[in-house]
Amino acid sequence: MSRRAIAYLMLLAAGLAAPFFIYPVLVMKVLCFALFACAFNLLLGYTGLLSFGHAAFFGAAAYVAGHAIKVWGLPTELGLLAGTIAAGALGWAVGSLAIRRTGIYFAMVTLALAQMIYFFFLEASFTGGEDGLQGVPRGALLGFIDLSNDLNLYYFVLAIFVFAFWLIYRTIHSPFGQILKAIRENEPRAISLGYDVAKYKLLAFVLSAALAGLAGATKMLVFKFATLTDAHWHLSGEVVLMTILGGMGTVFGPLVGSSVIVVLQNELADKVGSLVTVIMGSIFVICVLLFRRGIVGEIIAFYKRMLGQKA
Amino acid sequence: MTEIFGIPIQALMGQLMLGLVSGSFYAMLSLGLAVIFGMLNIINFAHGALYMMGAFLAWMGLEYLGIGYWPSLALAPLAVGVFGVVIERSMLQWLYKLDHLYGLLLTFGLALVIEGLFTNMYGVSGQPYTIPEELSGAFNLGFMFLPKYRAWVIVASLAVCFLTWFVIEKTRLGAYLRAATENPKLTQAFGINVPLMVMLTYGFGAALAGFAGVLAAPAIQVSSLMGSNLIIVVFAVVVIGGMGSILGSILTGLGLGVIEGLTKVFYPEASSTVVFIIMAIVLMIRPAGLFGKEK
Repeated sequence: MSRRAIAYLMLLAAGLAAPFFIYPVLVMKVLCFALFACAFNLLLGYTGLLSFGHAAFFGAAAYVAGHAIKVWGLPTELGLLAGTIAAGALGWAVGSLAIRRTGIYFAMVTLALAQMIYFFFLEASFTGGEDGLQGVPRGALLGFIDLSNDLNLYYFVLAIFVFAFWLIYRTIHSPFGQILKAIRENEPRAISLGYDVAKYKLLAFVLSAALAGLAGATKMLVFKFATLTDAHWHLSGEVVLMTILGGMGTVFGPLVGSSVIVVLQNELADKVGSLVTVIMGSIFVICVLLFRRGIVGEIIAFYKRMLGQKA
Repeated sequence: MTEIFGIPIQALMGQLMLGLVSGSFYAMLSLGLAVIFGMLNIINFAHGALYMMGAFLAWMGLEYLGIGYWPSLALAPLAVGVFGVVIERSMLQWLYKLDHLYGLLLTFGLALVIEGLFTNMYGVSGQPYTIPEELSGAFNLGFMFLPKYRAWVIVASLAVCFLTWFVIEKTRLGAYLRAATENPKLTQAFGINVPLMVMLTYGFGAALAGFAGVLAAPAIQVSSLMGSNLIIVVFAVVVIGGMGSILGSILTGLGLGVIEGLTKVFYPEASSTVVFIIMAIVLMIRPAGLFGKEK
C-alpha cells in the first residue's frame, strides 16, 4: 500500500472515531464547512477564479432543502438532493454571467449577484425573513435510521463528506481537472490549444456551487434551521479565508483551514464577542502578507526543500 | 394635485432627490475606487470601511471634542487619508508584484478589522448626527420642498468629483499620474517619484471615501455597518460603468442613484436589487461595462 493510501485511511479512521472524543455537532460543523471550502477550492485553487459570492449557493441550498423537508415533507435524502440541485442551477445562472469578466471583476460580479440573492431571501416569504427557516426535522435515513440521534447523523454527514471529497479529488485528477489547471496557469494558451475555456469555467463553477450547496443543505440538517447568515457575504469571505489559510490549490488545505477557523470561532465566540470579526480580518491580512501558500502549502514547500537538500 | 403616471409629483421629485443623493455617494466612492485601481491595480474592498470611518470620526469629533461639522469636513478626510497612507506603506506596497486578487483579499481583511473594531466599540445600531444649523430646513421650490442638506450633499459631491476630474485630466500633476498609470517604469525613468505618487493616490482615494462618510453622517445614521452595505452596491456600479474613465464613473454613479430612487416610487420591492439587475443586463450586452475598455 502506498504511503498516500495509508494517510487517507488514517484520516478516515480519525473521522470515524472523532465523535467519541469530540462533541459530534462540532465535528459535523467542521465537516460541513470543510466540504464548503473544498468545493470553493475547486474554483479558486484549481481554476483560478475567485468567487466572492459562494455563500449564496450555501444559503440557497439550505433554504431549499429545509423547505422541501419541512413544508413538502420530502424524505431527508431527497431534500438534500433538491438543495444541491437548486444550488447547481443557481450556480449556472450566476456563473454564466460572471465568466464574462475575469480577475477582480469576476470577484465583484459574483459578490454583487450573491448580494442580490441575499436580498431576495430577505424578502421572500418561504425563507422566514429575519427569523429564518426554523424547526426543520432531520427525519430518518432510508426511512429507518433515525437521524435525530447525533451519532447516526454524524456518520451520515461523514459519508456525505467522504463522497464529496472523493468526487472533488477525482475531478482534480481527471483530464477535466488538468484542463482547469491549464486555464488557471495560462488562459490564452488554453484557448489557443482549442479548449472552449468558457464552457470549462462554467462547468467548474456549477460543480463548485452544487457542492457548496450540498454543504449548506447538510449544515441546515445538522442545526435544523437555515438563516440569512448562511447567505451573507461575511460567509463568502469566510470560505475564502478558510481556503487561503489552509492552502489554496492543495487537496487538504481547505480541510485544515476550515477546521482551524470553525474551532477558533467556537472557542472565541463567547469570550471576545464581536472582536471575532477583527481576529478573522487579522488572520486574513497576515495570510495574504506572510503565508500566501497557506498552512498545507507551507508544509509541502518545507517538505520539498528538505528532500531537495538531501538529494 | 399634479400627478405623473398616478404618482403625486411631490413624491416623485422627493424620491428623485433621494436618488440623486445616493447617486452622489455612489459617484464619489466609485470614483475613489477607479482612481485607486488605475494607479495600484487594487480593488479597494476597505473603501466602505474607510467611508464608515470618515462618518464615525466626524461623529466622535462632535461627541468627545466638540468639533463641529465644518471643521470635520476637512479634518476627518485628512485623518482617513493619513490612515490610508499608513496602510499603503505598511501593507499594500508589498503586493504590487502579485496577482491583483491579493490586493482585494488584503483590503477585505482590513475592512473586517476596521468594521469589527467599530462594532465592538459602538455596536451596530445607528448614532444620530444632527444637521448643522446652516443647512437645516428646506427650500420651497413651489412644486416641492427641497431639504437644504440634500441639496448641499449633491452640490458638494459634484464639486469634489469635478475637482478630481480637473486635477487628473487638466493639471501637470494629473498628467504625471496618468503617465504613471500607463507606464510606471518609463515615468520613473523620467525622474518622477512613482512610489510617492502611488502612496498619495491611495491616501487621496481613502480621503475621498472619508469625505463621503462625513457628508453621509447627517443624512443617514452613523453605524459600523453603513460602509459594507454600500460598498457592494458600489462594486456593481463599478462593473456597470467600467473603471476606464473618471467621468464615466461619476455619470454611472449618479444615474444609478436616480434609477434606484425611481424604482422606490414605481416598484419598491425591487429597489434594493435594481442596481444588481442592471449589472446583470449590462454584463449580457456589454461585458466591459458602459465606459470600459476590454483589455
